[in-house]
Amino acid sequence: MSGKPKLHYFNGRGRMEPIRWLLAAAGVEFEESFVEKKDDLTKLQKDGSLLFQQVPMVEIDGMKMVQSRAIANYIATKYNLYGKDLKERALIDMYVEGMFDLNEQLMSYNFQPADKKEQHFANVVDKATNRYFPVFEKVLKDHGQDFLVGNQLSRADVHLLDTILMAEEFKPDILAKFPLLQVNEWRVLMDNALERTTDLNWLRNRGEWEGEERSDIQNNQIC
Amino acid sequence: MSGKPKLHYFNGRGRMEPIRWLLAAAGVEFEESFVEKKDDLTKLQKDGSLLFQQVPMVEIDGMKMVQSRAIANYIATKYNLYGKDLKERALIDMYVEGMFDLNEQLMSYNFQPADKKEQHFANVVDKATNRYFPVFEKVLKDHGQDFLVGNQLSRADVHLLDTILMAEEFKPDILAKFPLLQSFKARISNIPTIKKYLQPGSQRKPPIRPEEVPKVIAIFY
Repeated sequence: MSGKPKLHYFNGRGRMEPIRWLLAAAGVEFEESFVEKKDDLTKLQKDGSLLFQQVPMVEIDGMKMVQSRAIANYIATKYNLYGKDLKERALIDMYVEGMFDLNEQLMSYNFQPADKKEQHFANVVDKATNRYFPVFEKVLKDHGQDFLVGNQLSRADVHLLDTILMAEEFKPDILAKFPLLQVNEWRVLMDNALERTTDLNWLRNRGEWEGEERSDIQNNQIC
Repeated sequence: MSGKPKLHYFNGRGRMEPIRWLLAAAGVEFEESFVEKKDDLTKLQKDGSLLFQQVPMVEIDGMKMVQSRAIANYIATKYNLYGKDLKERALIDMYVEGMFDLNEQLMSYNFQPADKKEQHFANVVDKATNRYFPVFEKVLKDHGQDFLVGNQLSRADVHLLDTILMAEEFKPDILAKFPLLQSFKARISNIPTIKKYLQPGSQRKPPIRPEEVPKVIAIFY
């Protein structure tokens, strides 16, 4: 047993990606065990390893944690990425839940039927640029600090960077109207934080799944 | 300004009901302002009251909080319903997220097209009785205590009671194979603040009636 957290999921972003980001930002090395076909999932279910028969599952600190928000909450608290008090946590939770709503929409694009993709794309760009990004731009503008909450790195900054990078994959100029979100110094600060991780290979190689993987997942009903 | 939390939502359960339950369990009086037509929502949006243009929104402790999980997390922590340490909180979060997944399925029944309702009903009953309720029955059986986590009332117990009651509205004998959940239900229902919330005339909302569904869709979509 290595003592490192061990992540069980398919080899792609999905509901595990925010958890990978948090561990990486905290400089915590982790292992991964990939669910590649239905048998892999069935085995975990039969082992009794999955509380609700689903992945993500993370082995950490003697627990087999499930439910992506539960896992993310635990990791964020353990590694001091959840603010210093209840009020900061309230702000972080509000911002992060908004980001998760946008992420769902970004990620569900690949699962749309072909005739709905164009409309979905337009909806997502509209929500990103009119509902979500203006909020975070304004937060940074109003307090003038480098980080979203409490003048220090928190999970809010980590998840926002993930969301921003996914949104730019979607539409490269999507931050055109949001100078503070673009600001290089902010990204450099984030990069410095991320440089603390020793698992840089994960960060460099994270990629989108291609169409073939998507149909594997749908056919195997892994999710 | 009364100092009481003020809840902004439509006059129904939806994403606000877990929050109402937590406040009620904690014995905290609250006010409600109902969004009844699209104009009510538009007004809140134009006021700048809704961070992401959506309800639920709860005015509490000088904040206009949005996002139902953020609000529930805040209230649970403030009123000591979130366990005593990180490990208890981890268990509570896992259990509660499972309950929320089941709740989504219970509540979305009324929004299914007519030709999908029967299949949806069967799926929900299957998930409740084979995936979710066995977990909570086993938790109670394994530790033999009255509450799910940490031998004291937490949000896990409050949300589980809500889920159980909604599931029984769906299928009255749905707890038939779960004797510990049946006694859990009776026991938690008897806690004075919760007993009060379960009485007629409280702020607990009834299940949505099918004829209300178009009105709700018109407000939000």
